[in-house]
Amino acid sequence: MRELSLNILDIAENSVKAGATLIQISITVKCGIIEIRIEDNGCGMNGEFLKTVIDPFTTTRTTRKVGMGIPLFKMAAEQAGGSFNITSTEGIGTKISATFQKDHIDRAPIGAIEDTVIALIAADCKIDYTFCYSFEEKDFALDTREIKAQLDNIPIDESEVLQFIKGLIIENILSINGGVVI
Amino acid sequence: MKTIAEIMALRDKMQAEIITRDSSEVNDIRIVVGLATCGIAAGARPVFNTMIDEVTTRNLKNVKVTRSGCLGMCKLEPIVEVFVPGEEKVTYILVDADKAKRIMADHIVNGNIVTEYLISNE
Repeated sequence: MRELSLNILDIAENSVKAGATLIQISITVKCGIIEIRIEDNGCGMNGEFLKTVIDPFTTTRTTRKVGMGIPLFKMAAEQAGGSFNITSTEGIGTKISATFQKDHIDRAPIGAIEDTVIALIAADCKIDYTFCYSFEEKDFALDTREIKAQLDNIPIDESEVLQFIKGLIIENILSINGGVVI
Repeated sequence: MKTIAEIMALRDKMQAEIITRDSSEVNDIRIVVGLATCGIAAGARPVFNTMIDEVTTRNLKNVKVTRSGCLGMCKLEPIVEVFVPGEEKVTYILVDADKAKRIMADHIVNGNIVTEYLISNE
C-alpha cells in the first residue's frame, strides 16, 4: 500500500464485510503524531480470532475474510515509529487505531483520502460513514446521515453528489492543512 | 470553500431531473471492481473512482458502479467485471485508470468489448 488512505479503504472494507451499518473514520494530526481510527458497529470478533488477525500466517482459509489487510496496516504504523491497536467485541463492533510519527522517513503519505471516502460511500449507500480530519487545532467533520437528511429523496451515490462531497473534503483538508500535503 | 449546507442547492437542482429517470434497476449495466486488499494494493481505487467520474461526465443514468471482494486471482488485479443485461459477463484484468476510460467509452457506451484487456488473453 503506497498511501495510508488505501489502508483505510482496505480496513473499512473489513467493516463492510462484518455487516456494519456505521463506520467511523478519523485522522488526527497533532504534535508530530498522526492517529488514524476506524470504528464499526459490525459483528465483531471473539478473543481467539482477534489474536490471529494481526498475524498473516495464522489466518486460515476458512477465516479468509481477514487476510493481509490488518498486518499491512500494522506494519505501516510500526515502520513509522508508531503503534497499532485493535479491540473487538462480538455483537458490538471493532475498533482499530494506529499512530504514526509524522516526520518519520518511512511514514507513507496519507494520500487521496477523499477518493477513499467517495469509494466507500459509492460502493454501498446503505452504510453510513463519519469522517473526521483534524490538524492541530482545526478540524473538519462529515456525516453521511446528515448529508442524506439534507438530500431528502436524492440518493447519496448519485455521481453529482459524490463529486460534491469529494470537492468538499479536498477543499476543507487543504484549508485546514494550510496547503501542506501530509 | 464548499460547506455541507450547499448540498441543499444541489438537491433542489437534481430533484427536477430525477423524476424523469428510468428507475428500474433491472436494466442497469453493472460495473464491478474488486476492492479487496489485493485489488486496492494493485490500484483498484483509482479504477473505481475513474468509473464513477466517467459515469458523471458522460451523464450515464443506467450504469451502476459497485465492488466485489477477492476473486482469488490477485495477480490479475485490478479486475473489473461488466454485467450488461441479457449478455454474458465480461471480465477485464490488470485495469488502470486509462483502461477504465477506454472500457467505459468502447464497451459501456458503444457496446464494443475491449478484447485486449480480457482475461482470456492472459
